[in-house]
Amino acid sequence: MSKAVTRARCGERLAQWMFLVPAVAYLLLFFGYPIVKNVVMSFQQYTTTTFYTGAAPFVGLQNYSKILSSDLFTKALLTTVLFTAGSIVGQFVLGLAFALFFQRRFPLGGVLRSLLLLPWLLPLVVSGTTWKWMLDTDTGVLNDALRGLHVVQSGIPWLTGTSQALVSVILINIWVGIPFNTAILYGGLQDIPPHLYEAAKLDGAGPVTSFRYVTWPLLRPVAGVVLVLGVVYTVKVLDIILVVTGGGPANATETLATQSYELSFQQFQFGRGAAMSNILIAISLAFAFVYLRANRRARNV
Amino acid sequence: MKRAPARGWPSTIIGIVLLALMLFPVYWMVNASLQPAGNTLQGGWFPFHPDLSGYATALRDQGRNLVTSLVVALGSVVLSLAIAAPAAYALAQFPIRGTNLVVFGILMTQMVPSIVVANALYSAYNDLGLLNSYLGLILADSTAGVPFAIIILRSFMQGIPREIIDAARVDGAGRLRVFRSVVLPVSRNALITAAIFTFLFAWSDFLFALTLTTTETVRPITLGIYQYIGAHTNQWNATMATAVLASAPAAALLIVAQRYVTAGATSGAVK
Repeated sequence: MSKAVTRARCGERLAQWMFLVPAVAYLLLFFGYPIVKNVVMSFQQYTTTTFYTGAAPFVGLQNYSKILSSDLFTKALLTTVLFTAGSIVGQFVLGLAFALFFQRRFPLGGVLRSLLLLPWLLPLVVSGTTWKWMLDTDTGVLNDALRGLHVVQSGIPWLTGTSQALVSVILINIWVGIPFNTAILYGGLQDIPPHLYEAAKLDGAGPVTSFRYVTWPLLRPVAGVVLVLGVVYTVKVLDIILVVTGGGPANATETLATQSYELSFQQFQFGRGAAMSNILIAISLAFAFVYLRANRRARNV
Repeated sequence: MKRAPARGWPSTIIGIVLLALMLFPVYWMVNASLQPAGNTLQGGWFPFHPDLSGYATALRDQGRNLVTSLVVALGSVVLSLAIAAPAAYALAQFPIRGTNLVVFGILMTQMVPSIVVANALYSAYNDLGLLNSYLGLILADSTAGVPFAIIILRSFMQGIPREIIDAARVDGAGRLRVFRSVVLPVSRNALITAAIFTFLFAWSDFLFALTLTTTETVRPITLGIYQYIGAHTNQWNATMATAVLASAPAAALLIVAQRYVTAGATSGAVK
């Protein structure tokens, strides 16, 4: 191989890399740097004083031990698990029901299917504000309707009762998540070859049997991806809870994500906030691993 | 797709009822925005006497914030596409070593909570003087748009036939020229989809607005709404009018560009 050819090769490779440079630089600056910075911060006493004096002494594992030993952490962890599990189950089951319904062909089906995307496209602050207004104990439309139908005598404290508030934010989050689940699962259903259904029908399978033996096995890889993505997105939900309940009443809707926000931006304990969000990343990473495996499986189908 | 047997209007009616239930909050938001000022207990289930005072108040208080959101969202579209389109092309068409690593990295970005980014950016922005700036918000808001745009554009560009690109190269066009006059025009639809979603991501951002701005100079509409409710206002009609205005881009894009939105909703995840 002559030198000229090698040089041309190098030039070629360099030209190709130039297309990637801006994206790689952006990803390193806006994802790489924050992750590293968060790890470092989590071992530092990083507070408002740091902004004036520049001093952020290393305190070892103190931030982590402070967090883990507080009563609120256990409560927030449990709330995160309940919030995530409740949201995912609700979104998935209802999303799948919608997807199966839209698989039928009927007039206006396509239009209705795309209108269903609206709750997912709206800013979360808008959805949260609207639901907050609808669920208001005294003036909300939901209690209005329930009173009108004589289901209840006085309004249910949807957002101000400690036992109701978590259920309410889960329901709101389910409403937000249904369209996404429906869209992906509908796409998965479209990829199932129709002749399999015909074959099942010839074998005398009813709708339940054909769902169990045709639809579900073939949809499983896509379903796995949706479920794991759902978990990854739900664990870090912040907007809805901040807007609707602000973590209250009496910390009933505090999750790890809201805790991390409050530590950093309300108590200005940036070190502890960073430690809390690292715990959140660790949880997401565990699921990321599952996601990538599910993704690989989905591709091989 | 002709697969399931065609059903008639009964299914349509069921579908409309289900949709009406799902979209009731949206209806309620519009209804509340058209009620007279004050606490809307006396407001009915239907705005028989639509009152635009909520919109007047909203535009007076939040008009500037709407413009801010628009500037930030459009800025984020330009930045995200400028970064994502060349990268997607390289990842789709060039035999570069390290492609898998970059793609893996992009998938991993989905696991990073925004609060982690905000946490680190706050002190960095504080040093760089980027707090309360359009540029600061555009850069931060693009953390949602860039990975998404790369994924969508790459999956489309993998389908561009090599012959088209090779033919242009044979004609003596340079790499950039091929990208500009062959690849980008062919990818028009995917670019529109990516643009719509990067716009909506930035328009909807709440956390970066909340953490990276401290004054009223640069205040997106999402933060404007949040402060409305924080003020324990009984001006629910103005709050809801602002919510309607903040929903307008999403609703308009869904109606005008339905095809692109549907495409984006299904291709963003499983590819």
